[in-house]
Amino acid sequence: MKKLILQRLWQSLLVLFAVSLLSFVLIFLSGDPVATLIPLNARQEDIDNIRHQYNLDQPFFIQYFLFLGKAFTGNMGESFRYHTDALGLVLSHLPNTFLLAIVSLVFSVLVSLPLGILAARFKGRGVDFVASLFALTAISMPSFWLGVILILVFAGALHWFPASGAGGWQNLVLPTLTVSAFSIGLLIRLIRRAVAETLQQQYVTTARSKGLSEGRIAWVHVLRNSAIPVVTVLGLQFGALLGGSAVVETVFAWPGVGWLMVQSIEARDLPVIRAAVLILAIFIVLINLLVDITYSLLDPRIKPGVKA
Amino acid sequence: MSQKVLPDNLQAAIELQAVPVSVSPLKGAKTFQRGQLKRIFRRRATVIGGLIVLLVVITALISLVWTPHPPGEQDLTRSLLPPFWSQGADSSFPLGTDLNGRDLLSRIMVGAQATLFVGIASVLVGGVLGLVLGLVAGYFGGWREAVIMRLVDVQLSLPGVLLAIAILAAVGKGLLNVVLVLGFVSWVQYARIVRGSTLAVKNQEYILGARAIGATDRRIIRRHVFPNILPALMVVATINVSSNILAESALSYLGVGVSLATVTWGGMLNEGKSLFELAWWNAVWPGLAILIVVFGINLLGDGLTETRSNNGNG
Repeated sequence: MKKLILQRLWQSLLVLFAVSLLSFVLIFLSGDPVATLIPLNARQEDIDNIRHQYNLDQPFFIQYFLFLGKAFTGNMGESFRYHTDALGLVLSHLPNTFLLAIVSLVFSVLVSLPLGILAARFKGRGVDFVASLFALTAISMPSFWLGVILILVFAGALHWFPASGAGGWQNLVLPTLTVSAFSIGLLIRLIRRAVAETLQQQYVTTARSKGLSEGRIAWVHVLRNSAIPVVTVLGLQFGALLGGSAVVETVFAWPGVGWLMVQSIEARDLPVIRAAVLILAIFIVLINLLVDITYSLLDPRIKPGVKA
Repeated sequence: MSQKVLPDNLQAAIELQAVPVSVSPLKGAKTFQRGQLKRIFRRRATVIGGLIVLLVVITALISLVWTPHPPGEQDLTRSLLPPFWSQGADSSFPLGTDLNGRDLLSRIMVGAQATLFVGIASVLVGGVLGLVLGLVAGYFGGWREAVIMRLVDVQLSLPGVLLAIAILAAVGKGLLNVVLVLGFVSWVQYARIVRGSTLAVKNQEYILGARAIGATDRRIIRRHVFPNILPALMVVATINVSSNILAESALSYLGVGVSLATVTWGGMLNEGKSLFELAWWNAVWPGLAILIVVFGINLLGDGLTETRSNNGNG
């Protein structure tokens, strides 16, 4: 157990190193960063001054290590737009992103678990067909488009929920439905397959022949054994929800990190983009780490360093 | 005399190489494919999905030579005409018009071109990249495998959309940039599958046989390893076309994807989003088009996956 955690920690560090390098290179991909900082008619002297001030006259790797050193102390630069600490700005938007992701994930599980189990239990029948069709449609839909349609119907025509912004629980309803649609589709398909496979195992037949009730078989024998692939995807989905939050948050003007990032892209506010990418990536890496550890708790057969 | 001996020797050499190398495994592969084709046609999901995709492909092809109206033709006197069943509609614009009076049906038809192009081209970019790296990792092993698989781990920890938004925000938008970025973001999936399949076939007897008679690594990979991993690769590629189409539409909607000069469904949604309360049809049709094509491809992918898993170890 300790070995697994150490191994995964080392791997996570490697990933974070790569992400920091990537987010650092981003600023160079967009061309000369000085160009975004100065007015068009600036004098060469001023340009040189800014270059020196941001260490842009240093060799690439020196610049990178300076950036890394500052990032470790929590200094990610200053927002070009608000002239405040970029990291603080990103962190202040993080709770909204987490709120939406967590509520959506819980909602997805609550909807997809019963539907997936029913579809597997009655495979090939009407329930299965309806659930599968629903799931396939849900994963084939552009999420932002679903958001637009929901706004059109529930905010525009019916006036049940607000179309944008954050505030009360009413603000959370439409974004949650939008974000959850894809996860629900994905989870129904996954749970259906995992449960159907488990139902064919001999220990389920044995449990039935012992005369156990269907409910007990479902809870004790089937669900626990179907849980591994589902937990993996849940973890990956949570990461994807954080990463994909940019799209849905923009549709609903939900003030999370994704929304902030898109706003910063439009304003070419590079320090904020960089901080947002780095912070989201750190959380995604942490979540992946947790998923792997949960994994080995659920299935003691999974051991570190054992190659399949 | 000597003229006759030489060709005979050559013939023998070719036969020696050909018998264990190409005839036995390839013959097996062919009958396997023939049986597979029958099963594919038996599956309804594959047929319905295939028909939907075919319909979109035909639409894209027709739009190359004919559309009801020129897709870029603006006329402010017919701005925001509603679809044909509504009051005040013009029947020559069945799906209505946008703010600039452009025909939405024509634009949806033309948009199919860019959508299919992005979906297929990005899969080719990612597929080739993943194929080469996966083959190298699986076939040669050692330090190459270690480096490549670490890269895979790194990229799997990063969500593709976030990465694509960040890179496109830096390098700028454009059809080609979107294709390259989506390809770059998705190579890992192919690399993993290819490596796994390569490891599985690497130690089969016919490959040892080929090596024993002196076939080069290149020949072994091309004639024996590649044909065996192709089916698995095709399934992943099919599903990836649909996820890349969804990703492109999201990127264009956010305004970091394809520039508005190229007609794409995501770009149409970007233009339609500001006026959807005024003219809902501007936001509904492009999204519906995306839903239909992605649904079709996913259905096709489902059918192919089930056909493969019913084949046992194939």
